[in-house]
Amino acid sequence: MSAYLGDVAALARKDLRLELRARDTLPAMLLFVLATLVVFHFALPADVGDDPAYGLLWVALVFTSLLGLARAWVPEREAGALDGLVLAPSDRSAIWLGKTIASLAFLAAAEVVALPAFVLFFAPLDANALAGVVLASVGICAVGSLVSAMAAASRGREVLLPLIFLPLAIPIVVGGVGSSISEEPAKFLAFLGLYDAVFAILSWAAFEYVVTE
Amino acid sequence: MSMRKPSLTLLASLATALAAVAVAMIFFVAPEDADQGLSQKIFYVHVPIALTAYACFGLAAWKAFRLLTTRGDRYDLESYTGVHQGTIFGALTLVTGSIWAKASWGVWWTWSSNQLVLFLVLFLFYCAYFMLRYSIEPGPRRERISAVYALFGVALVPVSFLAIRLASDFIHPTVFTRDGPQMTGEMFAAFCVSWAAITLLAYVMYRVELAGKRTDANLRELREVLAP
Amino acid sequence: MADTPLVVARGVERRYGARRVLRDLSFELGHGDALVVTGPNGSGKTTLLRLLVGLAVPSRGTLEVGVDRARLGFVGHEPLVYRELTALENLDLFGRLYRVPERRERIGMLLERFGLWDARGERVSAFSRGMTQRLALCRALLHEPELLVLDEPHSALDAQGAELLDEELDQLAGRSTLVVATHEPARLDALSTARLALGAA
Repeated sequence: MSAYLGDVAALARKDLRLELRARDTLPAMLLFVLATLVVFHFALPADVGDDPAYGLLWVALVFTSLLGLARAWVPEREAGALDGLVLAPSDRSAIWLGKTIASLAFLAAAEVVALPAFVLFFAPLDANALAGVVLASVGICAVGSLVSAMAAASRGREVLLPLIFLPLAIPIVVGGVGSSISEEPAKFLAFLGLYDAVFAILSWAAFEYVVTE
Repeated sequence: MSMRKPSLTLLASLATALAAVAVAMIFFVAPEDADQGLSQKIFYVHVPIALTAYACFGLAAWKAFRLLTTRGDRYDLESYTGVHQGTIFGALTLVTGSIWAKASWGVWWTWSSNQLVLFLVLFLFYCAYFMLRYSIEPGPRRERISAVYALFGVALVPVSFLAIRLASDFIHPTVFTRDGPQMTGEMFAAFCVSWAAITLLAYVMYRVELAGKRTDANLRELREVLAP
Repeated sequence: MADTPLVVARGVERRYGARRVLRDLSFELGHGDALVVTGPNGSGKTTLLRLLVGLAVPSRGTLEVGVDRARLGFVGHEPLVYRELTALENLDLFGRLYRVPERRERIGMLLERFGLWDARGERVSAFSRGMTQRLALCRALLHEPELLVLDEPHSALDAQGAELLDEELDQLAGRSTLVVATHEPARLDALSTARLALGAA
């Protein structure tokens, strides 16, 4: 068990190190989320109140994560490193978990910028909304890592990722928006927890089959 | 170790016969609905089609599971055909649902029908299945990725349904409501016959498509073997 | 135990869609054997090697390889490393995943053996093709594999690197089992115990 976690930690560290060096994905995500929020300001009519803004926050977060997820497996594809990882005696699911944790770190960094900007531009965020963001981020990265690996195995990869990710992201958006604007946020937070549990376990178990023959 | 399957012709004839009986029952046996009148009859077609779509997706997921756990050769095509049939019936669900909405309430679409919205999400998801599948080289990789995707679909069904239920909280529901089937005996009988007919029809279509795909695959293999 | 073969292939076939790359291949390899695989481009050498290490599965037939992943070493067409990590970081990561005992010492020894010690802190993206290939060899040898599978290892190496590789292979011959696909079979004449010539597709 500790060997497994050691593998996961080594893999996640590797991704963080790579991003720190290349510095291409994270700045792009930060800039993208800010630009999207500004676009939304112009997209919203003047007198709609706060609720629609929360919806758009979630759209911004989902599409920003897509940006990050599209690049998630690029280092592994460059010189065939993914084959190297798959050949290693470590559990293949550790590859998924390491990647998910790293993606989560990047998404969190983007959110640290996006959320204050949102509060500044649009409307306040309470504890429930923040809890929603946390739970939703876990779900996005868990499913996203797996789905991104699927897309990476295909010919049309950049185009394909949003197509296979968005239907799976719909429940996340529901949970997130609900935790922000509903009068019973606990229901939605519980739902997000359920989504995370179901899809994280599924992704964890299925990853092996996506990267092997 | 497969049992001898009943002949396809026999099943097709049976399906046609059942369909004829169902039509008769729908129009002559089941009473007309007080509120919606004739348009309510679509219910006898719409709901079985929806149920059949679910069954197809469930079948596809089961075959996918078998593929991943046993490495049997046949499961890939069976799973794929299941998804294909499910998508066809899913599209039909959306169409019949839309017709029913227009006939009952005057709009071609409404977000207040949880079932309809769920099918829209599933339709998007399973359409992406085909895009994913056909952008990967044929081979074990494609089979496995398709199988994993089909399994995710089946997990998505209850989760999405829950999400849509919760979402109706703040996506303000319109005044349209659909009365649940408090069905009389005759209505229930008509419904069951219709359901049986449509399920059988789906099964026949599944077998036909599967046979076609298998023949295709065998033909390609033969060509390969015979090629110089 | 030395009698049971390490690798048993029976009727192995591999198709990509409708294209058949390997047909009806059968052979056996014992411990300590060295198999040299030759054949023109497109004859399936790379496919066969990928089948041996488990990166691909046969479309038909059976291929039994009596070692698990922990005792398998592979150098393919790609170096299987991370371009933006240094040589040291790459080997450290894989050394950890392969649970190599006394990792640091072993990495240092291999880097030195293949002339990469001075470049150990540089990123792979700054390496020449020959250096990258040498790093790939280090990665494959890190865990002292029982079965070493090499896909045209000499082709990316410079003269000095090729010599180092030949020395290494000489040392390994008889102790580990080797499978080498190559366009220069003469290089391996001395140590090869078996040959497999794949025909054109």
